[in-house]
Amino acid sequence: MFAFVLRRLLVAIPTIIVITAVAFFMMKVAPGGPFDLERPMPEEIRERLLAEYGLDQPVWKQYIDYMAGLVQGDFGPSLKFLDKDVAELIGEGLPVSLMIGALAMLVAVVLGTFLGAIAALRQNTSGDFAVMSFAMIGVSIPPLVMGPILALVLGVYMGIFPTGGLNFSRYGLSVLVLPVITLALPQIAIIARLMRASMIEVIRSNYIRTARAKGLSASAVIVRHALRAAVLPLVSYLGPASAAVISGSLVIERVFQLPGMGAYFVDAALQRDYTLVMGVVVVYATLIIVLNLIADLIYSVLNPRVSYDS
Amino acid sequence: MTTIVNPKEKEEMLSKAAVQGRSLWDDARIRLFRNKAAVTSMIILGILVVLAILGQLGVWVHDYDTIYRDRVSQPPTLENWHLLGTDAQGRDLLARTLVGLGVSLMVGIVATVVSLLIGVTWGAIAGFVGGRTDQLMMRFVDILYSLPFIFFVIILMVVFGRNIILIFVAIGAVEWLTMARIVRGQTLALKGMEFVEAAEAAGVSQWMIIRRHIIPNVLGPVVVYVTLMIPVVILAESFLSFLGLGVQEPLTSLGRLISTGAQDMEVAPWTLIVPAVTMMVTLFCLNFIGDGLRDAIDPKDR
Repeated sequence: MFAFVLRRLLVAIPTIIVITAVAFFMMKVAPGGPFDLERPMPEEIRERLLAEYGLDQPVWKQYIDYMAGLVQGDFGPSLKFLDKDVAELIGEGLPVSLMIGALAMLVAVVLGTFLGAIAALRQNTSGDFAVMSFAMIGVSIPPLVMGPILALVLGVYMGIFPTGGLNFSRYGLSVLVLPVITLALPQIAIIARLMRASMIEVIRSNYIRTARAKGLSASAVIVRHALRAAVLPLVSYLGPASAAVISGSLVIERVFQLPGMGAYFVDAALQRDYTLVMGVVVVYATLIIVLNLIADLIYSVLNPRVSYDS
Repeated sequence: MTTIVNPKEKEEMLSKAAVQGRSLWDDARIRLFRNKAAVTSMIILGILVVLAILGQLGVWVHDYDTIYRDRVSQPPTLENWHLLGTDAQGRDLLARTLVGLGVSLMVGIVATVVSLLIGVTWGAIAGFVGGRTDQLMMRFVDILYSLPFIFFVIILMVVFGRNIILIFVAIGAVEWLTMARIVRGQTLALKGMEFVEAAEAAGVSQWMIIRRHIIPNVLGPVVVYVTLMIPVVILAESFLSFLGLGVQEPLTSLGRLISTGAQDMEVAPWTLIVPAVTMMVTLFCLNFIGDGLRDAIDPKDR
């Protein structure tokens, strides 16, 4: 197990290097720079500024300098928020994004597994039909439609939940309700569909019949035997799911005006704030790689047929 | 008494007999048309496509980019034929929604074709060559699979400006991974199938094996996946538009309309509701058709 984790971490390093390199050089190819203002500044000041941030160097040298800083945990200064480091900005935004994302994932996994299992156990009944219709709604209504509509109906018309900002002191935890629901909904739907399909397959298998035949109670068969095998496909979906939640959070943070990390990203890219863009990419890429690793480990724990120790 | 059949007639009879047999695809078609949700979806989607084409041709009384300064944010009304109202700049919402629907559908189809080309080539090569090449190629797909691609697409859009062709290519280029996996899996599985071996043993030509056995078997999952891919691509495009990176004004897409509608929703809720409902209906139809096709072609789970 340890060797497996080590091997995966070693693969992760070149992966991150490639990701950062691609993002870095793509940003550099983009026309314009961080100091292109509407009113052009004098050439001398511009050059001084570029030199100050090392932007007058050849691009490959800039990349090496950036990576050297990154290894020491230095994300560099933001080029647009002049009094702040990228690390500070990420430190402000990341907790918000993580909280919303983690809550959404939790809701999605718990509700999705539950609904999918119910649908499978009551296959072709009205309960199954209801769950599958709900799942169809979930996959067909993206966060960017659901978010504004929920905000309009529950927030503006009915005034049940606050719709914007993250004002805990004024509204308490209810500010989280709409963003988390919106972000979780597509994932609940996808997980419920996956769970239903795999559960149906499992409860038709021979060892479940054996378990029933030897007289185990229905609940013991489901909980001890069927569920454990049926969640396996879900575990391998966790990696892609976390990537999807992260992309979704870009929209959510805009719809509900949350001060998260995704909210910076688009503006930073448009304004050529190279270091901030890179910082967000690095943090999210690392996060996703780690989550994938965790998913693989859970998979190996749940599935005795997979061994990573060889 | 035996009747003597001349070779020509015999061939004719044989081909007739072949036609009478029900192929895999006949079965699939019958199953598909029994699925009420899928059929209804096809009809609604057909209507939407026709409307979108009419919208592109500009047959409606209002153009999508004509600004009526005296009719800003009008709710749906018969007056002046603003059946779905006007937006905050005084443009006819019906005309804009139809144009947006057309753009979204077009992006969906073109980007799906791009992803189809890349994915099928990649998967077929990996599955066919096998061995170390296969492992390397699929490991690469695995790594790409779990990356937040949207970040790269956003950077791409920023780098090359908001070009509609770039949107096609960028989305297609990031959505080919699942296609590659499916095609590779199918190719691998088919290579070892008994009926392929049997055909080889019976002396069927390589081309005939490919045409009669390989293509139909790979095609099923690919067709299903393509149908389910289109809504994903439409979503990706609207996602970019929502962030302000998609098509540019005055041209529009459903995502862009939803985005502006969301900003004006407290004053003019119809500017949000109309494009949002249009998008929902489109995605519903595409998903139902995709699910119907899957059940029809591969009825394992029913």
